[in-house]
Amino acid sequence: MKSKISITNLSKSYGDVQALKGINLDIEHGELFGLIGPDGAGKTSLFRLLATLLLPDSGSATLCGFDMVKEYKHIRNLLGYMPGKFSLYQDLSVLENFNFFATVFNTKIEDNMDMIRDIWLQIEPFKHRLAGKLSGGMKQKLALCCALIHQPKILLLDEPTTGVDVVSRNEFWQMLKSLKAKGITIIVATPYMDEANLCERVALMQNGEILSLDTPAGIISGFKKDLYAIQGQDIYQLLLDLRAYPYANSVFPFGQSVHYTDTREDVSLSELKDYLISKGQNKIEIKRITAGIEDCFMALSQQNNVQA
Amino acid sequence: MKRFIGFLKKEFYHIFRDKRSMLILFGMPVVQLLLFGFVITNELKDVKMAVLDHSKDEYTSEIINKIVSSGYFKLVENLDNISQVDETFRKGKTKLVLVFEPDFRKKLVKGPHASVQILTDASDPNIANMEVSYLQGILQNYNVEINRGKQVTNQIIPKTRMYFNSKLESVYMFVPGIMATILMLVSAMMTSISIAREKEMGTMEILLVSPLRPLQIILGKVTPYLILSFINTLVIIGMGYFVFGVPVLGSFVLLMAESVLFILLALSLGIFISTISNSQQVAMMLSMFALMLPTILLSGFIFPLRNMPLPLQIFSNIIPPRWFIIIIKNIMLKGTGFEFIWKETLILIGMTAGLIGLSVRKFKIRLE
Repeated sequence: MKSKISITNLSKSYGDVQALKGINLDIEHGELFGLIGPDGAGKTSLFRLLATLLLPDSGSATLCGFDMVKEYKHIRNLLGYMPGKFSLYQDLSVLENFNFFATVFNTKIEDNMDMIRDIWLQIEPFKHRLAGKLSGGMKQKLALCCALIHQPKILLLDEPTTGVDVVSRNEFWQMLKSLKAKGITIIVATPYMDEANLCERVALMQNGEILSLDTPAGIISGFKKDLYAIQGQDIYQLLLDLRAYPYANSVFPFGQSVHYTDTREDVSLSELKDYLISKGQNKIEIKRITAGIEDCFMALSQQNNVQA
Repeated sequence: MKRFIGFLKKEFYHIFRDKRSMLILFGMPVVQLLLFGFVITNELKDVKMAVLDHSKDEYTSEIINKIVSSGYFKLVENLDNISQVDETFRKGKTKLVLVFEPDFRKKLVKGPHASVQILTDASDPNIANMEVSYLQGILQNYNVEINRGKQVTNQIIPKTRMYFNSKLESVYMFVPGIMATILMLVSAMMTSISIAREKEMGTMEILLVSPLRPLQIILGKVTPYLILSFINTLVIIGMGYFVFGVPVLGSFVLLMAESVLFILLALSLGIFISTISNSQQVAMMLSMFALMLPTILLSGFIFPLRNMPLPLQIFSNIIPPRWFIIIIKNIMLKGTGFEFIWKETLILIGMTAGLIGLSVRKFKIRLE
């Protein structure tokens, strides 16, 4: 069975708030797909719709060929779902949680060891510890294990790495890659732009809309302007000065520097530097850099806001 | 079936690992029963009494002796002046003052009658009433005693006998009431809280996405509490019987069957509450206000229903414990069989069916 997901014109509102505005999206069999966007972009709503936990206002979606609304019972058998909030029983031990989910899906842990061995080996030393006493990364690994216990065709992971340390995050993504190799279609939502590069294709989401849908490289190559990283002593003042510069196109703080694009084709860097010095900035460093996903997201969301 | 057993196992882990639920489940029934049984009694004992005797003769001292030796009253003070009464009551200890008029003996012997005055502290009206009637009873007896052998014409002498509870033990009344309260609380509150907890913790999302059917989830939630509540029933009846001597005159099997019916009713009420509340807090408040207070106040457990205003009497008809208390009082204290309680049983069955239907319809297969 091909575990393809097709979403057509899907909309969802809560009262006056439109959480999803006509989403169209096709996700292929065995794809590792990323939904990237800030909090409130509509990622969780989309997940809950796909998990058949919510009903759409309009539009439809099929998972593995089953209709999201009418054939939800079939979908629930095929789906592995990991909600954004840790949703296992905190007062049950790791093993008890695991056994419980295995019996719920009418299966045994041993029968599914192939699928989960890599992850299981990492949490096995803690198998008698209560789930509520695990570290954030361990909790997520356990949740992933429990979501995989019935060998789902489609895996929905809502912000699995939020609140997890960097090392565990890397490990987690390694696991997703090996799962993808087993032919599972995986959709991951994440607010971390740097994780986008780890997906095969990503959709950048904001305010219930998809801003851009492409491979990470495709999205970056869509960034046409020259991008400069500017460093100075007083980042905040630098930001204000750059925004006041008549030719400034976009100015965003980015860690220890400010990312800047110009409205002109040819940028005179010395002129820009002179302008900043005249404003009293010192120790200015300007470097040309290649854009990352976050730069693309910022540019796209700015465009989107101007249109809106 | 394996799924169901797995679910039960999980539920029992939840219950046994949560100290709070264990306390509510097993601590509360015992404590409540002991409290109601030993502490709250309607009988009088050693009520502090003062005497203002203007006569001080052999008759007054004999009357005082009789009163004190009854065990209900205890003489703590002799007053000299009627003006002291007010102050005595204000001090709070003395609840009752007995005043004999001057020349009590002379008036009693020569006739036609001598008077005593009973003054009580009625800041607690029920108790004051009881004290007066106990005291009147003692004086009445004395009256009969001193007139023995004399011809008294045209007198009605009432002889009373209290059926089903000849010693008027208040614990007879409390055991059925507490059983109803405990079963209601444990069954309804605990199930509603435990379902609401799944919603609050987000685990309900996972259960819903799993192949479990709503009925399976509900049954899995209800069965542990059915078992535990049944154990509680046995504990309460056992304690009533062995500690307080409350009899079970009727059929024990019938009593158990009716209890299981009532537990089922309370459980379905709990599920219904959980379908309309999204957090443990809300579920608890709803159970408290919607179940506890009516169960205690409007079921006829403590306060007789027929003395209530008409709207409350009508409202009490929808309070399940009202019917359950009638049923168990009948079985336990009167020893009646099913033929006298089938109406109440039918009402309970109807309520249960209605609630189960409502909750299955209201139980959401999705998040909204």
